[in-house]
Amino acid sequence: MAVITMTINDELVSGVEGQSLLTLIREQGIELPTLCHLEGLEARGGCRLCLVEVQSTHRLLPACTTTAQEGMAIQTHSERLVRYRRMILELLFAERNHVCAVCVMNGRCELQDEAAKIGMDHVRYDYLVPELPLDASHDKFIIDHNRCILCTRCVSVCDSVEGAHTWDVMGRGVNSRVITDLNQPWGVSRSCTSCGKCVQVCPTGALANKGSTVAEMVKRHDFLQWILDGREKKQWVMQNGGSEGRR
Amino acid sequence: MTTLATKKTARKAEKAEAAVGKIRLATAWLGGCSGCHMSFLDLDEKLIDLAETVELVYSPIADVKEFPHNVDVTLVEGAVANVDHLELAEKIRQRSKLVVSFGDCAVTGNVTSLRNKFPVEDLLTRVYHEGPGAVPRGGETDKIVPALIPRVLPLHQVIEVDAFIPGCPPDPERIWAAVSALLAGEPVVLTEKMRMFG
Amino acid sequence: MKRSDLQAMARRELERQQAVRCRLLCCASTPCLSSGAATVQQALEQAVTDNKLDAEVAVVSTGCMGPCSRGPMVTVQVAGQEDIYYENVTPESAQRIVVEHVMANQPVAEKIMPSDLPFFAKQHKIVLANSGLIDPERLEDYVARDGYSALAHALREMTPEEVCAEISKSGLRGRGGAGYPTGLKWDLVRKAPGEKKYVIANGDEGDPGAYMDRTLMESDPHRLLEGMAIAGYAVGADQGFLYVRGEYPIAAKRLEKAIRTAERRGLLGSRVLESSFSFRIDIRIGAGAFVCGEETALMASIMGRRGQPTPRPPYPAQSGLWECPTLINNVETFGNIVPIIAHGADWFASVGTAKSKGSKIFALAGKVDTTGLIEVPMGITLREVIYDIGGGVGEGHTFKAAQTGGPSGGCIPAEHLDTPMDYESLRALGAIMGSGGLIVMDNASCMPDVAKFFMEFCTDESCGKCVPCRVGTVQMHRILERITNGSATAADLQILEELCTMVQETSLCGLGQSAPNPVLSTLRFYREEYEAHIQRRECPAGVCKMTEAPTLALMEALPRRIRELGTIPMSLA
Repeated sequence: MAVITMTINDELVSGVEGQSLLTLIREQGIELPTLCHLEGLEARGGCRLCLVEVQSTHRLLPACTTTAQEGMAIQTHSERLVRYRRMILELLFAERNHVCAVCVMNGRCELQDEAAKIGMDHVRYDYLVPELPLDASHDKFIIDHNRCILCTRCVSVCDSVEGAHTWDVMGRGVNSRVITDLNQPWGVSRSCTSCGKCVQVCPTGALANKGSTVAEMVKRHDFLQWILDGREKKQWVMQNGGSEGRR
Repeated sequence: MTTLATKKTARKAEKAEAAVGKIRLATAWLGGCSGCHMSFLDLDEKLIDLAETVELVYSPIADVKEFPHNVDVTLVEGAVANVDHLELAEKIRQRSKLVVSFGDCAVTGNVTSLRNKFPVEDLLTRVYHEGPGAVPRGGETDKIVPALIPRVLPLHQVIEVDAFIPGCPPDPERIWAAVSALLAGEPVVLTEKMRMFG
Repeated sequence: MKRSDLQAMARRELERQQAVRCRLLCCASTPCLSSGAATVQQALEQAVTDNKLDAEVAVVSTGCMGPCSRGPMVTVQVAGQEDIYYENVTPESAQRIVVEHVMANQPVAEKIMPSDLPFFAKQHKIVLANSGLIDPERLEDYVARDGYSALAHALREMTPEEVCAEISKSGLRGRGGAGYPTGLKWDLVRKAPGEKKYVIANGDEGDPGAYMDRTLMESDPHRLLEGMAIAGYAVGADQGFLYVRGEYPIAAKRLEKAIRTAERRGLLGSRVLESSFSFRIDIRIGAGAFVCGEETALMASIMGRRGQPTPRPPYPAQSGLWECPTLINNVETFGNIVPIIAHGADWFASVGTAKSKGSKIFALAGKVDTTGLIEVPMGITLREVIYDIGGGVGEGHTFKAAQTGGPSGGCIPAEHLDTPMDYESLRALGAIMGSGGLIVMDNASCMPDVAKFFMEFCTDESCGKCVPCRVGTVQMHRILERITNGSATAADLQILEELCTMVQETSLCGLGQSAPNPVLSTLRFYREEYEAHIQRRECPAGVCKMTEAPTLALMEALPRRIRELGTIPMSLA
């Protein structure tokens, strides 16, 4: 593997050819938010939070889907980028009914965290207040569309890791919705294996274990790397040890 | 750490302090559960420190009927839900140098805004005319309830707001961090943990 | 079929056409069909039969003749005479055309559209050269006008490199709107490593009011197939896909028939014109999503996936359909290939401006005397298009704006009427060439309302994949709604402008990146209209009904309305 050098925020760094910008940036200890991308799933470039300025092009490029190249010069936290990230978070909070105070993920939610990190302390846009359902027909899990940010991590993990492809997306634009099977209640889905991977990768309180009440839900993303390592490298040891996992 | 209030805000507060001996503080209660005020009272012994520097000129916990003039800082709890709130919000803005959205309902609409999915008419019918203790339509009570606006709104969508203290309720530590900064004429700086919603 | 067979076919067809004294060409494109062209054609055929003229008069259904608002159109061709155009033909007047014009040589004066009108004189038909003159359902008609000889020439006398070089030299740029140099794109695909390559023609025309591609597909399908085959030869592809918008059933039917015929005659399929080159074309029908006009979403749709874009790079030229190098061009771009190969790059480059060569088709719509489909040389001024070709905005009306590029474009005000229509000049005005939609507006149009219309279109058509486009367009639409209903505040305008820039810069694909253009361009030229709506709650054009009030005004308005109505009002009007 060839080594490449490039500059990130005016610092010279080196990486490996073929690496994504996101991986390289995070390797430098720079925090870059991603609400759709999750390590282990196919990069998607949908949430636009990981956009970076690339000197050679006038366009902003998502770090998750862009391959690092020799000689690239990028900025990850310019005034403009931070402002846009904040606006994107505001748009997400305004889109559906994110009432943190009464959410199962209160205090551990990625959306809530990113807002706090960036200092998004209020939303300047209209709350759209859409009428959305909650499906509690599954024995173990619940999907509350009021909290969904359409990152489609559930769709991706169900398809590429579990191989069930229970989840998909219906409709378009602001009316898009993740669905199980052909928009059947989750509880009657015949493709769902009840593995719960979708619940664990979901960044918000949209997917949760049944019985979790406000602020009770805990998610573990590390299972994903564990499965992938097991599959590819035959390493079946959980990083955080045992089934207890991260709390 | 980021700056919540602008430099302009800080200057305004400075001027406020210069104008009178004690800082004139008000707290107001719009559409909310009063939990933010409860949390404010949880400042406990810090309330004593506070009493030395501020004069509480208007508050649900003070017996003042009319919102006074020349207020330096007003903390507003709750979302804007009816015409009375609109009227008070406008007065607050006109008569205060600094207006602070105090808690998630004022900042986001929060629980108060859960009613936004329902038409006002249905809501009133269900609450006042169908449930236990239902009253007949068009009775005296209809005139007492202030007209509900079609959608519950966060405060900053109605009047200009200078600083935001999120939280449901904001815990006493973040209230103190914000209030002590405001009173010292400094920009409100909250840590990442302190500016979390919920 | 060999090249000599092609020439023989052309000869036979010309003889057949010359055997009749008179040809009655009846437009069978969607606009004329929807105003009754089918019954007109029946009436013509009936009249010919009734008067026992079958041997000397031929009734031919053709493609579009251009002045769509005047349809159904009929052209009378008499050997040795100028063609005569008839407009608004009815079955009754069709009968009169046969009896009076064809039989008695007395043209029906009141139905004639003079052929010396600027509508025709100022046009320059390169792509639409056959449109309205040939029967799109007959291969022989196309071959008689030198059809497929450019392909034969390329296959026999040119290397793929030479074809790409010729296209580059012509200066042809993508007609889908962005204006990327076509030759450069072809060369990228040609050079891209890979055994399997694809060619795609993008016929998913979705801009409101635009129908350039539909017309070309309906009127001259073989030209498109031939252009694609030449492209296939040039880039090394053996498979083409024609992506046709689902709302274009006639185009799809004619293309399907054209492909079958061409394959049967050895002009497509394996061993094209008995050469070693094979090229298959399949049709894919869209399912009504505007975003599928975006190349990566279109390819996802062809591959049977959800029609959503993916970030570029990689570009289709490197990794397109099934990760193979893929050439994707607009239908109109492919329509330019045959004339370039047939007449040479220099001939093509002699038309147009320094940087924008050739012609462009526009769908002229809105407040002009004659609306329809026009093909004009690049660099023509907007004034010539609107006042000469379109015949002006009519007595008692004042021109206000011309909108190009549909929901991705912008408005051009009266002071810029003399701007030449080329890629760079239009972009400098905040508008775009676009795919060719051109809507003319007079003083009865309210610009914030126009911007709202296009924004609503984008909210409906956003695929939902990226946040700025999915939610940003909805928020912008909300603000425009407030501006046009009287409840906006000064802060709204500022938030709107911020959102415009942000959605432009952060959206994943062209749909979102260009969605704010109609707002930005109307703000640039008609800002005072926005301000009138917000500051004075007034619509200068008299379009918007100011039924709402800013939130603080609810304080007095709401209790008053409740008292008056005895119930909670839905609006404050």
